[in-house]
Amino acid sequence: MKVTVDEEKCCGAGTCVLLAPDVFDQREEDGIVILLDERPGEAQHKIVREAASVCPGAAISVSEQG
Amino acid sequence: MTGDVLVVGASAAGLATVEALRRKEYRGRVTVLGAEPHLPYDRPPLSKQVLGGSWTPGQAQLRSPDALAALSAEFVLGDPAVRMDAGTRTVHTASGCTLSADAVVLATGLRPRTLPGQDGLAGVHVLRTLDDALALHADLAPGKRVVVVGDGVLGTEVAATVRGLGLPVTLAGPQPAPLAAQFGPLVSELLAGLHAARGVELRLGAAVTRLTGADGRVTGVRLATGEVLPADVAVVAFGAAPETGWLAGSGLLCDNGVVCDSRCRAAEGIYAAGDVARWHHEGLDTLLRLENRTNATEQAVAVAGNILGEDRPYTPVPYFWTHQFDARIHVHGLLPAATDVSIVEGSPESGRFVARYRRGGVVTGVLGWNMPKQARQWRVEIDDFAPLSRISRG
Repeated sequence: MKVTVDEEKCCGAGTCVLLAPDVFDQREEDGIVILLDERPGEAQHKIVREAASVCPGAAISVSEQG
Repeated sequence: MTGDVLVVGASAAGLATVEALRRKEYRGRVTVLGAEPHLPYDRPPLSKQVLGGSWTPGQAQLRSPDALAALSAEFVLGDPAVRMDAGTRTVHTASGCTLSADAVVLATGLRPRTLPGQDGLAGVHVLRTLDDALALHADLAPGKRVVVVGDGVLGTEVAATVRGLGLPVTLAGPQPAPLAAQFGPLVSELLAGLHAARGVELRLGAAVTRLTGADGRVTGVRLATGEVLPADVAVVAFGAAPETGWLAGSGLLCDNGVVCDSRCRAAEGIYAAGDVARWHHEGLDTLLRLENRTNATEQAVAVAGNILGEDRPYTPVPYFWTHQFDARIHVHGLLPAATDVSIVEGSPESGRFVARYRRGGVVTGVLGWNMPKQARQWRVEIDDFAPLSRISRG
C-alpha cells in the first residue's frame, strides 16, 4: 500500500490523526496533514483506507500497488 | 447480508457508504442512484475554491475514475428518485426506472430554502450543486453589486469568496453578528470584524422578506424594516431543508429529515446517512440531524456496518469547519448549548486561539481559530457525552 496526501485539499480536520495516529499527523502552525508513513504495514491498511474514505477534504489517496 | 444494496444519493454520504461496504468485505451488488449527472463531487469547495475560480470543477471530484471503477458499483446518474415504497424497498426514478434492493440507503441531502419572489428572476442564485456554483461564478462580472442573504456558514463563506474577487458585497441576515447562533457573541463578533475589515458591508439584525425585480431581473433585497438593498446579483443562502419530498407516501416517517433509530435505520432494511438523516444519538439521548461534511462520511460508515449486522449505535462528536478570508475555523462538539466561553490557548489579538465552550462546568465544544491541530487536541475533553446528556435532561 502507498499513501499520498494533497496538502491543498486538506482542511485540517484531523480526522485521519484520530483514526491512524501512527500514519498521519498535523502541522502545528496550520493543521495541514503530515504523512508519517507513506507505506504503512499490513496492520494499518484497513484503518488507513477508512481514513482516506472519510477524509472531509478528500485529500488522502491510497494505492494498493507498490 | 448477501442481497443487493441500493444507495439513493451519489454525493459524499452515498459514496462513503459504498466504500465502507467494500472495505467491510461486502461482495454483493451495489447500485448508486444520483439526481445530478456528475460523478460524485465534494460540496465544501463549491463556496470557496470553485466559486472563487481557483479550482476547476474536476478538482472537486471526490474520486478518480479508476477509484470509482474499483468499487464495482453501478452508478445511475442524472435520474432523481421520485417515489418510494418502504414495504417493498422499491424506488422509482424520474426516467421511469424501478429499483429494488434488500437494503436501501437514503442519502439525498438538502434542498436550499428560497425567498418569495425568487422564482424565474435572473441574477438570483442558490448554492448547493456544482452547476449552482458555476452559474454564480459566471454571473460575477466586475462591479456588480452582490447581496448575500444568509448569515450562517454558507452565506458568510460566499460573501468572503465574492469579496475576494473584488466585487462589492453586502451580507444580510437576522442575527446580530454572522454565525451568532452557532459561535456565540465572542467569536461571531470577531468574524463580523473580519468581514468588515475586508470590505463586506454587514446589514445584520433584520430579516430579509423578499426579492425585488424589474424586467425579469433582480434589483434588490427587501428587509423587514422596509429598506431595500440594491442588488445586481442576489445569493440566497439562508438555510436548506432535507430532501424528503420524494418520500411522501413511502411509509417512512419524515419530520425534519428521515427519522431513524440509533442505528440510523428508518425501517426494516432502510437506512439514512448524511444531511437528510435525523437519528437518535444515544450519547445525547436526542434526535439529531447534522448538516456537515464529516457527518456525511462517518454516518455512512456506521450505516454500512449496520447493514452488515454490526448493530452499533452512531454517536459522533459533531464537527465542522469554515474558511473565510484568512480565518480557518474548526468546531468540535456542540457550541450553542454552552453558557461559558473562555480562551484556553492563543489569543484573539494574535489571530490564533482555541475557545472552550462549557455549560454547568461540562465542556460541550471547542472552537479553533487558525489553530486546527490544537482544537482537535482539545476535543478529548468532549469525547464523553454522558454528562452533556444529563444536563440536557435537566
